Amino acid sequence: MRYHPLSDADRQAMLATIGVADVAALYSDAPASTLIREPLDLPRHKSEIEVERHLKQLAARNMAAGDAAFFVGAGAYRHHVPASVDHLIQRSEFLTSYTPYQPEISQGTLQTLFEFQTQVALLTAMEVANASMYDGSTATAEAVLMTHRLTGRRRALLSGGLHPQYAEVVRTISRLAEDAVVDMPPDASGVEDLIARIDDSLSCVVVQTPDVFGHLRDLTPIAEACHRHGALLIAVVTEAVSLGLLTPPGDMGADIVVGEGQSIGNALNFGGPYVGLFATRQEFVRQMPGRLAGESVDADGRRAFVLTLSTREQHIRRDKATSNICTNSGLCALAFSIHLTLLGQAGLTRLARLNHVNAVALAELLERVPSVEILNKSFFNEFTLRLPGDAAALVEKMAAKGVLAGVPVSRLLPGAGLDDLLIVANTETNTPDDRAAFVAALKDTL
Amino acid sequence: MLDRPVQNHDEAPGTFTGNRGLDQEEPLLFEIGRLETTGVDVDDAPDVTPRLGGLERKTPIGLPGLSEPETMRHYVRLSRRNYSIDAGLYPLGSCTMKHNPRGNEKMARLDGFADVHPLQPVSTVQGALAVMEQLAHWLMTLTNTHAIALSPKAGAHGELCGMMAIKSAIAARGEGAARTVVLIPQSAHGTNPATAALLGFSVRVVPAAADGTVRAEAVRAALGPDVAAIMLTNPNTCGLFEREIVEIADAAHEAGAYFYCDGANFNAIAGVARPGDFGVDAMHINLHKTFSTPHGGGGPGAGPVVLSQRLAPFAPVPFLRRDGERLELVEHAEGTQSFGRMTAFHGQMGMFVRALAYLLAHGVDGVAQASRDAVLAANYVRAALRDVMTQPFGDRPCMHEVLFDDAWLKGTGVSTLDFAKAMIDEGYHPMTMYFPLVVHGAMLIEPTESESKASLDLFVATLRDLARSAREGDTKRFTDAPRLAPRRRVDETLAARKPVLRWRAGETASSRAT
Repeated sequence: MRYHPLSDADRQAMLATIGVADVAALYSDAPASTLIREPLDLPRHKSEIEVERHLKQLAARNMAAGDAAFFVGAGAYRHHVPASVDHLIQRSEFLTSYTPYQPEISQGTLQTLFEFQTQVALLTAMEVANASMYDGSTATAEAVLMTHRLTGRRRALLSGGLHPQYAEVVRTISRLAEDAVVDMPPDASGVEDLIARIDDSLSCVVVQTPDVFGHLRDLTPIAEACHRHGALLIAVVTEAVSLGLLTPPGDMGADIVVGEGQSIGNALNFGGPYVGLFATRQEFVRQMPGRLAGESVDADGRRAFVLTLSTREQHIRRDKATSNICTNSGLCALAFSIHLTLLGQAGLTRLARLNHVNAVALAELLERVPSVEILNKSFFNEFTLRLPGDAAALVEKMAAKGVLAGVPVSRLLPGAGLDDLLIVANTETNTPDDRAAFVAALKDTL
Repeated sequence: MLDRPVQNHDEAPGTFTGNRGLDQEEPLLFEIGRLETTGVDVDDAPDVTPRLGGLERKTPIGLPGLSEPETMRHYVRLSRRNYSIDAGLYPLGSCTMKHNPRGNEKMARLDGFADVHPLQPVSTVQGALAVMEQLAHWLMTLTNTHAIALSPKAGAHGELCGMMAIKSAIAARGEGAARTVVLIPQSAHGTNPATAALLGFSVRVVPAAADGTVRAEAVRAALGPDVAAIMLTNPNTCGLFEREIVEIADAAHEAGAYFYCDGANFNAIAGVARPGDFGVDAMHINLHKTFSTPHGGGGPGAGPVVLSQRLAPFAPVPFLRRDGERLELVEHAEGTQSFGRMTAFHGQMGMFVRALAYLLAHGVDGVAQASRDAVLAANYVRAALRDVMTQPFGDRPCMHEVLFDDAWLKGTGVSTLDFAKAMIDEGYHPMTMYFPLVVHGAMLIEPTESESKASLDLFVATLRDLARSAREGDTKRFTDAPRLAPRRRVDETLAARKPVLRWRAGETASSRAT
C-alpha cells in the first residue's frame, strides 16, 4: 500500500527484535470484546486514480462560485487570492510542520506568526494580536469569556447587527457556562439604540461593523457608553478587507477586536478552514487566549522568536487556563499574512475601494428597479435588499438562471418576519456582466 | 550506517552577510517592505460618491508591502528555517505526525469543494453534503457509534462539544445542579481539564495504578452522585491500552455519569478496535492526527465527535438529514434537543475532503494496516532502546507510542531537555517532552506507520549514540545543544518577562531591551 513503507520482510524482522510472533500479541491488553472480528461496512483501499474519480464526481455536484454570477457573503467572501499565496503555503516546511514548540527549528513559523500578529494589530489599530483562533465566531465567544475574567461580571449584550450564527455560538457557550446574554432584536434597518441598553451589569457589548446586514457603525459613542459603565467593547469584523477602507475599531475605542480573516488569503472552502483574528490592549494581554509568538534572543545573542506567555494556555495551566484552545489555524493565518504582504497598505486600500465601488455600482442599478429597496444608507461591499416576496424562493429561481444572488435573511433568522430580505455581497471578482445578469435575473423572476 | 563520526564544523568562518551558504538570515517583513509597494495589481476603481457613512479611514494603516519576487524570497527563506514531516521523522508522542498525502491537497483544491460558499442554496451543494455524509459514515463505522457532530474545528473544540452534550443530557435529566464534577486522570492532556473548567465543572483527579493505567476500582471510588462524566484517553497518554476500559465505562454509566473519550491516540486502534464497544458516550477524532490532514505549523485541524445513542439527541447544529435523494442541513436548534452551535457555518470542510481522500485511499484494510504498523514501529523502538533507556512502568508492550522517563539520565548531568536539544543537532525533531506529567522527565515517542525500517533503524541508532555519550560524561554535546540549528537555545524567560509581541515603527531590538 503506497503510504506504508514497511514490507512483510521488514515486519517479520521487527517482530523478531521485539520478541513476539505477530502484531496481534501487541494488542494483548485490549479486551477481546473490543477487537473487531466481523468485516466492517467499508470499502477496501483504492488507487489514486479511483480516489480522484470518486471525489471529482462529488465535486461536480456542487455549483462553484466561479461558474455563476456570485453575490453571496454574510460572513465569508469570495476574493481573488494571488497564485503565490497557495504555492507558498504548500511548501513542505510550512504545510507539514508541527506547532513551533522547538523554536530552534521553527523560526520560519515563529517569524511568520510574529509578522501576522503585527499585521492584525496594525489593521485593527490595536496594541497586540494573537497567532489566530479557529474562526471569527469562536473568537467572538472567547472574547466574551475574556471580558468576564477582566470585569468580574458575567453578562454580555449582543447588537442586533451581529451575525446570527456568531450570536448563537456566544449564546451556546454562555448557556452551558451559566453566563447571561442579552440579545437586541435583529436590526435589519441599522437603527437600534444600543447605548440605551448599556448598564453596570454588563461585562461587554458586542457590535459588528460592517454588520451582517451591511450597515457601517460608528463605535465611538458605544465605546464611551461602555467605559462609563465599566464594561468592555468587543468589535467584530467579518470582512477583513473592509479594514482597508474604514476607520479601524481600535481608533473608535474598542477594547477587543475579533474577526474573520478568511477574506484575505483563504478560499471559501464551504465554511472552513477559516482563521479567527483576535486583538486587544496591551494591558489585557495576560487574559488573552491563544498562542503568542514573541521576540527574544538565542544563546549567541541573535534575534529569535518563540511562543511565549504560555502560562495562559492549557498545556501549562490546565484547568486554570484562559481557554482550552491548542491547535488553531496556523496555515490559514500564514495565507492571510502572505496575501497581506503582497497587497501592502497600498494594494489593500485599492482593493477595498474597488469592493466598495462594485457594491455602489450594483446599488445604483437596483435603485432603478421599482419593486426592491436597499435598506442601507452606508455599506462597505454588502447591503440588504427588501424584495416584494420571499427571498429564499427568489434565490432558488435565480440560481437556476446561473446567479447566486445572496443570502436570504430567513436562512440565518427563520421565523423573524424578515423573509423578504436578501443580503447581497460584491467583491473585486464581480464584473459589470455579473451585475447585469443579477438585475436581469431579478427582473425576470419578480 | 555510519562508521565514523561526522566532522564537527563549529569553527566555520564568519561571513559578511551573516548567511552560511544555504542557511540564510531573513529580516522581518517590516524591515524590508515599503509602505508604497504592492505585489498585486488591483484594477482601477471608477470614481463614485462613497456611501461610507463618514467612516472612511483617515490614518494610514502602516502596513508595508513587497513585490511578488520579494514576497517569494521572503517566505521561501523563512520556510527553510523549519523542520517538517516531509523532511524528517517527528517522534512526537500524542501528535501522530504521519505523512500528509499530496493527493489530499489536490482534492481539497477542486473548485467544486474550494470555491463553494457555505450559505449557497442547499440544492447547489449536494456534493459537499455528500462528502460530509460519507466521512460521517466512515467515522461512525470505525468507532461503532450512531451519531456524529462534524462541526468542531479542532480536538479541544471537539472536547468542548462532547462535554457540552454531556452537560445538556444531565440537565435534561434534571441533575444539572447536582452533577458538577468531572473525573480526569493526572496523565490527561491539558485540554481535558481546561475544557471541563470552561463549562463550570470542577476536576477530581483519578490516580493511576503503578503500571500507568487507570483501575476500575479507583474510578468506582471516585464516582458519586456529584459526577457528571469521566474523561479518559484510550490508549492512554502513557501509550498503554486501558485494560479495564469496559468496566470503567460500565461503572460510570451505573453511577449515572457519562464517558468522554479523548480520541487523540486513535491511530493505535483504528480499524482494529472500536471505541463504541468500550462504552464511550462521546469521542473526538483529530483528523489532523489519525487521518493525515497536515499540521500546517499549528492548524487548521478538525475534531469531529462521535456520539452514543444516549447523547445523539443533544448533538449541535448543523447536522445532516437525508430526505430521499436529497441531503438537508438542519441549522437551527429550535424544535430539537440540540445544545446549540459550536461555530459559524458547517465545520472544516477542507479537512473533511482531505480525510475522506485518505480513508478512500487506505480503505478499511489500509486503515487497520496503518494502526498495526504504527503499533509495530513503536514496539520496535521500545525493543531497540530498552537496554539503554528506562521505561517508567517496566518493559511491556506499548501501543503506538512508547514512554521513557529520565531515570537512566540520573547522574549524567543531562536532562530530558538537554537530550532533546542534542537530537536537533542530529537532524531530528525531539520527541514529546515532559508529558504526561505523571512521569519524571517524560519522553514520549510515536514514530507512526509512515517510517521505513531504515528510518527507524537510523533513529534508534542515533538515540543509542546519544545515550552512550550521556553515560560517558560528554555533557557538552547536550548542554551546548543545539549548535547546528538556525538558532541556538532561545531565552524564554526574557520573552515572557519583557513580552515583545509585535514589531513597532521606530523601535529597534536594543531600544526595546531597555
